[in-house]
Amino acid sequence: MSDKPAVYAEGITRTFGDVKALDGMDLVVQRGQVVGLLGPNGAGKTTMVRILSTLLRPTGGHAEVAGFDVVKEANQVRRMIGLTGQFAAVDEYLTGRENLRMFGDLFHLTPAYVKARSEELLTSFDLDDAADRPVRTYSGGMRRRLDLAASLIARPEILFLDEPTTGLDPRSRLGMWQVINDLVADGTTVLLTTQYLEEADQLAQNIVVIDHGHVIAHGTAEQLKDQIGGDRIEVTVHDDATAERAARAMESVISGHPLIEGNKISAPVSGGSMVLVGAIRALDLAKIEITDIMLRRPTLDDVFMSLTGHLAEDETQRPEPTRRRGVRRR
Amino acid sequence: MSAITVGRPVALRRPIYGWALHDGFVVARRNLIQTLRVPELLFFSLVQPVIFVLLFAYVFGGAIPIPGDGASPADAANAYRQYLMPGIFGQTVAFAAAASTVGLAEDMSRGIIDRFRALPMSPSAVLLGRTFADAVRQILVLAVLSITGLLVGWRINNGLFSALLAYALLLFFAYTVAWVGAWIGLSVPNPETANTAGLAWLFPLTFLSNAFVPISSMPDWLQPIAAYNPISTLVLATRELFGNPTGIQPHYWSLDHAVLYTLISCAVLIGIFAPLAVRKYRNATSR
Repeated sequence: MSDKPAVYAEGITRTFGDVKALDGMDLVVQRGQVVGLLGPNGAGKTTMVRILSTLLRPTGGHAEVAGFDVVKEANQVRRMIGLTGQFAAVDEYLTGRENLRMFGDLFHLTPAYVKARSEELLTSFDLDDAADRPVRTYSGGMRRRLDLAASLIARPEILFLDEPTTGLDPRSRLGMWQVINDLVADGTTVLLTTQYLEEADQLAQNIVVIDHGHVIAHGTAEQLKDQIGGDRIEVTVHDDATAERAARAMESVISGHPLIEGNKISAPVSGGSMVLVGAIRALDLAKIEITDIMLRRPTLDDVFMSLTGHLAEDETQRPEPTRRRGVRRR
Repeated sequence: MSAITVGRPVALRRPIYGWALHDGFVVARRNLIQTLRVPELLFFSLVQPVIFVLLFAYVFGGAIPIPGDGASPADAANAYRQYLMPGIFGQTVAFAAAASTVGLAEDMSRGIIDRFRALPMSPSAVLLGRTFADAVRQILVLAVLSITGLLVGWRINNGLFSALLAYALLLFFAYTVAWVGAWIGLSVPNPETANTAGLAWLFPLTFLSNAFVPISSMPDWLQPIAAYNPISTLVLATRELFGNPTGIQPHYWSLDHAVLYTLISCAVLIGIFAPLAVRKYRNATSR
C-alpha cells in the first residue's frame, strides 16, 4: 500500500436538483486516524460518506480513498472500505451467520476464511446466541452490531460510519463506542459522522465541523474549544440579589464581562484551577455564601454555537433534501 | 474485539465461469432462503394457480368449446381440461414476473442494496440472483400445478422426454419474464407501486393468448396479435410436447414453429431487458 492518505477529497460538490448538498468540501484523513464529521442534519455529512464509499457520484471535485479515485476506480475503493450507514444494511430474513457468509462470499473470500472470520465477529460483537436467528428478531442494537460486523468481514483498512449510534439507547451507544475504539486501537482508519457533539468528542481525535456543505472548522476537540476562548467559572448563590454582589466581589479574579442569570454568575477566566481558590477567597471575604462553584471547559456545543449561530441538534428549520428514505434515480 | 485470531483475508481465485455467475448464485441463495423463511408467501403463491385450475376445469370448462374435439358434453369437458392445463402453466410462469418486480422494488427501498453496491461484487449479481431464484421457485410451483392437473384428469400423453422439454421451456420462459419484471421493479418508485405495476401488463398479455380460448375463436384483427404473443406459442408448444389437444390453429409462422418462436422470443427479450435492467440498477442510487 502506498503512503497516500486514507481519504483525500478536494472541492467536492454535489447537487440534488437545485439543492446544493455539498459545496466545495475538502477533507483529508491520514491513515490510522479517526476523524469525526460533525454537523447538523442536512449539513452534507451523509452525502460526503456516500460519495467516498462510491454510492454516489460527485457533481464536481475530486476524491481518492486509499489512493484510488472514487469514480474511476470505484471497485478498488470498494475492496479497501467498510461502510455502516444509518439504517442497518443486512437481510431481515437471513440469520446473522447467513448474512456474514453472504457478504464474505460477495467479497470473494475463501469459504474457510469467511467461516472463521464470521465466528470471530459474532463472538466479539456478542451475537453468538443470536447467530442462527433471523435478523427480523434482533433488537436495534443487535442489528447495528451485526451491520458493523458485516462491514468488517474483509478487514477493511478504512471504515466509514454514518451516524453509527443514531437511534440507539444509551447502553447500546456505549457498547458501540467501545467497539469503535477497539477497532481504532487495532489500526483501522475511521471516518465517522455524527450530530452528537459528545460522540465526536469521545471517539475522534480530529473533528471536522461542516455546515451547508462545506468545512467551517477543524482540529482536535481541544483546539476547537480553545478557538472560542478558555474556561468559564460558574457560581451559584442563594438568591438573585446576592448574585450582583458576588459578581462585584469576584471582579479581580475574572477576565471578562460576567453574565448573571438569576442566582447564577458565569464569567470567562484565565489561569486554570487556581482561579477557583481566588474566587472562593474573594467571596468569603465579602461574606457571600455559595451553593455551587465550578470551572468548566467550553463544550463542543459552545463551539458549534459560536461557529454557526445555531445549536447542532437544531433540526427544525432545515430542509432535508438528501435524507429521504426511498429510491432516487436518474 | 478482544482476541484477533483470524489472519488477513484470503481472496478466492476467479472461478472459470466468472464473478458475475458466482455472485449471482450467492444472491440467489439468499433469495431462496428468504422464500423458505416466509412459507406463507410461498403457500399463497401456490394457492392462486391451483384455484385457477379448479375454476376453469369445473366452472368455465363446459362453456368453452375446443374446435375439433369432443362429441359428447362429457368428452368436451375432459378435452378442455387437457387443453387448459398448459394454458395455466403458461399463465403461471408469466405471472412469476410480478414476484421479481415486487422483490426487487423491496430490495431497492432497503438499506441492504447500499451494502451490495459498496461491495466489490459484480453489478449484475443482484439481478442475476433475483431472476435465477424466481425461476427456480417455479419448479415447485409447476410440480404442485402438475399434481393438481393430474387429479382433475389432465394427462401427459407424449412420453417423459417431451414432457421434460415442456417443463424446461416453461422454466426458460419464467426466467425470461423475470428479467422484464426486474426491469419494471427498478423503474417504479416504491414497492407499493410495484405491486400494481408488476401485474398490470401481465393480465392483457396472458388473456390475449390461446391460454384459455382458441385463437380461431377471436376476431380476425386480434388473431395475429394473439398468434405472435410469445405466451401463445409457449402454451401451444407445451400442449404439443405434453400431447394435449391444441385445437385448430390458424396459419401463422409463429404458431407453425411454436418451440422455435418461443426460444427466439425469450432470447430477444433477455437481450433487451437484461442490459436495460443492469444499467438501471447501476444508475440507481437509494436515498
